[in-house]
Amino acid sequence: MSKALTLDPKGKGRIVANGIFASNPVFRLVLGMCPTLAISTSAFNGLGMGIAATVVLVCSNLLVSLLRKVIPDRVRIPAYVLIIATFVTMVEMLLRKFVPALYDALGIYLPLIVVNCIILARAEAFASQNGVGDSVLDGLGMGLGFTLALVLLGFIREFLGAGTVFVGELGDASFGLVLGDMPDYAMSVFVLPAGGFLTLGLVMAAINAISAKAEKDRQSKCAAAAEETFAEQPTPATAGANDGAEAAAAISEGEGNADGADKGAEATKARDAEGGDE
Amino acid sequence: MTYFLLIVGAVFVNNFVLCQFLGCCPFLGVSKKTDTALGMGLAVIFVMGIASIFTWLIQKLLVAAGIEYLQTIAFILVIAALVQLVEMVLKKLMPSLYSALGVYLPLITTNCAVLGVAILNIESYGVAGAESLLMSFLNGVFSGAGFTLAILLLAGIRERMDIKAVPAPFRGFPITLVTASIMSMAFAAFSGMIS
Repeated sequence: MSKALTLDPKGKGRIVANGIFASNPVFRLVLGMCPTLAISTSAFNGLGMGIAATVVLVCSNLLVSLLRKVIPDRVRIPAYVLIIATFVTMVEMLLRKFVPALYDALGIYLPLIVVNCIILARAEAFASQNGVGDSVLDGLGMGLGFTLALVLLGFIREFLGAGTVFVGELGDASFGLVLGDMPDYAMSVFVLPAGGFLTLGLVMAAINAISAKAEKDRQSKCAAAAEETFAEQPTPATAGANDGAEAAAAISEGEGNADGADKGAEATKARDAEGGDE
Repeated sequence: MTYFLLIVGAVFVNNFVLCQFLGCCPFLGVSKKTDTALGMGLAVIFVMGIASIFTWLIQKLLVAAGIEYLQTIAFILVIAALVQLVEMVLKKLMPSLYSALGVYLPLITTNCAVLGVAILNIESYGVAGAESLLMSFLNGVFSGAGFTLAILLLAGIRERMDIKAVPAPFRGFPITLVTASIMSMAFAAFSGMIS
């Protein structure tokens, strides 16, 4: 976990992508659990919370990064908390004025953005050590990752628990989709606290399973490619560089269909087929 | 009777972690062993009790000055200062308790349960009269007790789960969340007991 926090991405795009995928605050870093679980009862609330947190995150990262050489090391945490609290109060006032429905829905979790560990963690781990531009991008990436996670959880819980999709209201306009008589068959446990824990647990397990599988595939592909180059070495000459690449692609394709033990055999077969065509 | 209902409500019916999702980070993060969970729980009870009193006083000042919108900033600063103060006083006067609470005391500053109880107290009991102060204090202490109960139960389960064959993708947080979900269902049985 701490390794992911101090991860130092190279490109600008990668800073943003890092927050969304590789170190997604909810699914990977497991930060900010309270709002995640409490607010994700519907996709619209999740989106609102995500945007509010993103705004605070970007602004606080910006200010912390600007002041990083001014703030004395010993009082940095109180200073960060004060900066974050200021922006949270601003967001709170704005929401209350312009989107009162969302203000009511977020309730106590809106002022509690102050103690959302994602924001303090990014101030401490990233913004206090990096330039202004990078810090803003990091805040944006982390915020988007958080928003994405909340909307995903909210969508699942709303669909299963209330039988609706993205119901909400903004000003006078209300929108969303009620799925026929789905609400009559909805499993209300999913909008209760128990459903929040359960959904997050299952989604996390699914992500773990998918990334473990992807990692395994990647490794076996690398191994197959290495084997391939090793096998081709004794007979060079005729096949050019492009043909080699084609063969490798064919092998990885064949491997995707193959399951488990006879991957090697399948790969050889695919290579033979490719050779026959030529 | 009001006080009894308040206590039962704070510990079981509106359990902070399992019914209101406040304090989930320490609940999931510091629940690997029962003794550390107990340390965290005691520290939370202690700080929440004291913070309830101090934030009540601060809110009275804010109302008098007509600047209630500074509530969030004022509360978080007071709580942070309070935790520091409590740490220093304990270190000096009660070193045994201080070492028992250990690292959990400073961590509590960012525990949303403390700020949460302060805000909820003001919302439900206001700042009028000594009665509301007593209610706030009791609510703080027993909400902390509810947190302690939940984290102790989870830690007990997790200790046993360590030696079980959990499917690989569920290891770590996912299975803990599923456990918490089942605990939350049990606690949901209390809902509606007190309206």
